[in-house]
Amino acid sequence: MTEQTKPELWARHKKLERNVALLGVAAFAAVTIGGIVEIAPLFWIDNTIEKVEGMRPYTPLEQAGRDIYVREGCYVCHSQMIRPFRDEVERYGHYSLAAESMYDHPFQWGSKRTGPDLARVGLKYSDEWHVQHLTNPQAVVPESVMPQYAFLTRRELQPVDMGARLTALNRVGVPYTKTDIAQANADLAAQADPMADTADLQKRYPKSQVRDFDGQPDKLTEMDALIAYLQVLGTMVDVNAPAAQEVLGQEKGR
Amino acid sequence: MESLVARAGWWLVALLAAVVMFANALDTGFAVHMAIFALAALSGLVISLRGANYKLASAGFKPAVDPSRYDDDLIRWGVILTTFWGCVGFLVGLFIALQLAFPVLNLGIEYTTFGRLRPLHTSAVIFAFGGTALVSTSFYIVQRTCRTRLALPSLARFVFWGYQLFIVLAATGYVMGVTQGKEYAEPEWYVDLWLTAVWVAYLAVFVMTLVKRSEPHIYVANWFFLSFILTVALLHLVNNANMPVSLFGSLSYPLWAGVQGALVQWWYGHNAVGFFLTAGFLAMMYYFVPKQSGRPIFSYRLSIVHFWSLIFLYIWAGPHHLHYTALPDWAQTLGMVFSVMLWMPSWGGMINGLMTLNGAWDKVRTDPIIRMMVFSLAFYGMSTFEGPMMSIKSVNSLSHYTDWTIGHVHSGALGWNGMITFSAIYYLAPRLWNRTRMYSLRMINWHFWLATLGIVLYASSMWVTGIMEGLMWREYGADGYLVNSFAETVAAKFPMYLLRAFGGVLYLSGALIMAFNVWQTIAGNLRQETPLRSADHDPARDVPLAAVPAE
Repeated sequence: MTEQTKPELWARHKKLERNVALLGVAAFAAVTIGGIVEIAPLFWIDNTIEKVEGMRPYTPLEQAGRDIYVREGCYVCHSQMIRPFRDEVERYGHYSLAAESMYDHPFQWGSKRTGPDLARVGLKYSDEWHVQHLTNPQAVVPESVMPQYAFLTRRELQPVDMGARLTALNRVGVPYTKTDIAQANADLAAQADPMADTADLQKRYPKSQVRDFDGQPDKLTEMDALIAYLQVLGTMVDVNAPAAQEVLGQEKGR
Repeated sequence: MESLVARAGWWLVALLAAVVMFANALDTGFAVHMAIFALAALSGLVISLRGANYKLASAGFKPAVDPSRYDDDLIRWGVILTTFWGCVGFLVGLFIALQLAFPVLNLGIEYTTFGRLRPLHTSAVIFAFGGTALVSTSFYIVQRTCRTRLALPSLARFVFWGYQLFIVLAATGYVMGVTQGKEYAEPEWYVDLWLTAVWVAYLAVFVMTLVKRSEPHIYVANWFFLSFILTVALLHLVNNANMPVSLFGSLSYPLWAGVQGALVQWWYGHNAVGFFLTAGFLAMMYYFVPKQSGRPIFSYRLSIVHFWSLIFLYIWAGPHHLHYTALPDWAQTLGMVFSVMLWMPSWGGMINGLMTLNGAWDKVRTDPIIRMMVFSLAFYGMSTFEGPMMSIKSVNSLSHYTDWTIGHVHSGALGWNGMITFSAIYYLAPRLWNRTRMYSLRMINWHFWLATLGIVLYASSMWVTGIMEGLMWREYGADGYLVNSFAETVAAKFPMYLLRAFGGVLYLSGALIMAFNVWQTIAGNLRQETPLRSADHDPARDVPLAAVPAE
């Protein structure tokens, strides 16, 4: 039986070798299957689309800081994904949940730790530490190989149109309200201004931190935005709250 | 005449569009890019008008081509530009390697920080050096194996130069901080759109050339090229689905976020390796190794089995970049299992290449180009063994996030992709410029040994660094506390970072020697040198022993 089918099989392949369309279609079919099986379910299975208590979209200032984080390529040296190992949990904090990056366009999990993980760096260090460290990392950590980002303190954040950015994010699925978008530029300035009235901002973005971040209260700089972003990383979800623990219990295999 | 008017018209439309976009640009990066677009359109316009023979064009004649020769103009440019981009990519790589040892080299200005130069390095070697090599060798090989000239010659020129424009846009973008923040897919939305247009044209040129072939069968190299072009198109489109903030600004946000974004990205990222750096370069191997060794491919059936299993299995392997992350466990395990299975078809390709040398193994001693090919196949085999090993979850828990990954990538990129491309350049240069041989074979030999030594230093120092830092991160003392702070693990890597940079110096100097060799070959010079191997012959001693009369 097999002896007979074998030559036929090779002969059948000759058909593919003589027909461009057939070869192209067969090759395309071969490369689509794996992607469909692995990627498609992620859009409907529970633990990849669940929402966890505390998750909210970034404030305009945090998002502006995130855009700077992406622009400077921080992800090539810093991960934002803590794996469930004893040493990582002790070093960086509770392991990362899928929901914690649900509003991250693009995700910044990273692939390399030339520097430490940043998934829960928020509120671990003071704003002053961040300013000094970003301005001259070696002054704070002598062994560090991080580039100096002193220029962030000098560069004013304005003018950026945060309304347009929030609109684009809203189009890709981040639930910003109409008020959020209309107020975006005002929110951006208010969050870094200790004198501003931010009751409404904090109602729309719970637990958002309002203060001057870069030590220059009179100026809204890129440093303000980046530190506002770093200080919110990993702080939205209270991983030790009962609700979060219940969700974790349902996540399997980790 | 009509086609001339149409072509000039299209360039004019492109020029005007770029100028309008430039005038309305919201950020500097976008403005610079639109200026580059406008310059490209302007040069296209000037070239199409100046190069035209109006007399013939108005009479309805097409430019005369010599149908008895292959269409090799672009490939000559390809050899030059591949060499150029290679040297640029290696140089930037060396610089950022030194930045990791001496952070003061970041120079304190935004344009030269590691975060911006690292994508410049990866894209320069993968997409500029590798991509130009793939486009030019595919045009060379598809003509020879189909015994026909390129179909759609004008479109082929658009593909080649359009791809170069993509490289320039991507590279300048990184330095200015124009990036969408996804590894190996950093170019922003409008550059992605441009590449899409170029790539569709590439597919059209390649497929139409296959359609008009004079050979009944499509040669195996072209299967690999076809699957490479098709799959890269698919990956590129899905992974770069973005929402621009404004049509006049560079910033955009990807459609996918979080977990979905991560898996789409690494499905793309791993198959950029699988189809760009593997399938495409295997196609080069399937042409140049038999040609240079003068032996037919070892096994036709092996090529069928390993082609189909390679392209089917590769696409599943992406999740191994996301072990122990928030990606569901079943997807990680699938990725791991398929990665381990992938070992077999990968070695199928290596065996098919190496065994092709059966009966010609002596050439490894005498022909430095064959030596490079054998070496590149050996490194292909080594890195495709190392990859599946690192995709095993327990190994990955140690290796992930460390420099081991960097070492692995470079053993594949420097060893396999680099060496097979160098040997292709050495094969092509004398043939494309009608020379009897390269300017100097001894320089090829020097290049081979410098590159080999460079790779060995690079890979071994990164293995040591990676395993060391992986172990240091998880080291616990008898008191039950972590032993090392993160800063201590950074400091411990310093000597190995120096060694790695030295490996880079060697690899770069090999490439510079190649650039000189190619330049001299094009100039038509032949270096007077003793052959690499020749049997000794001394005419003075080649005489009968004279009888000495007795005293």
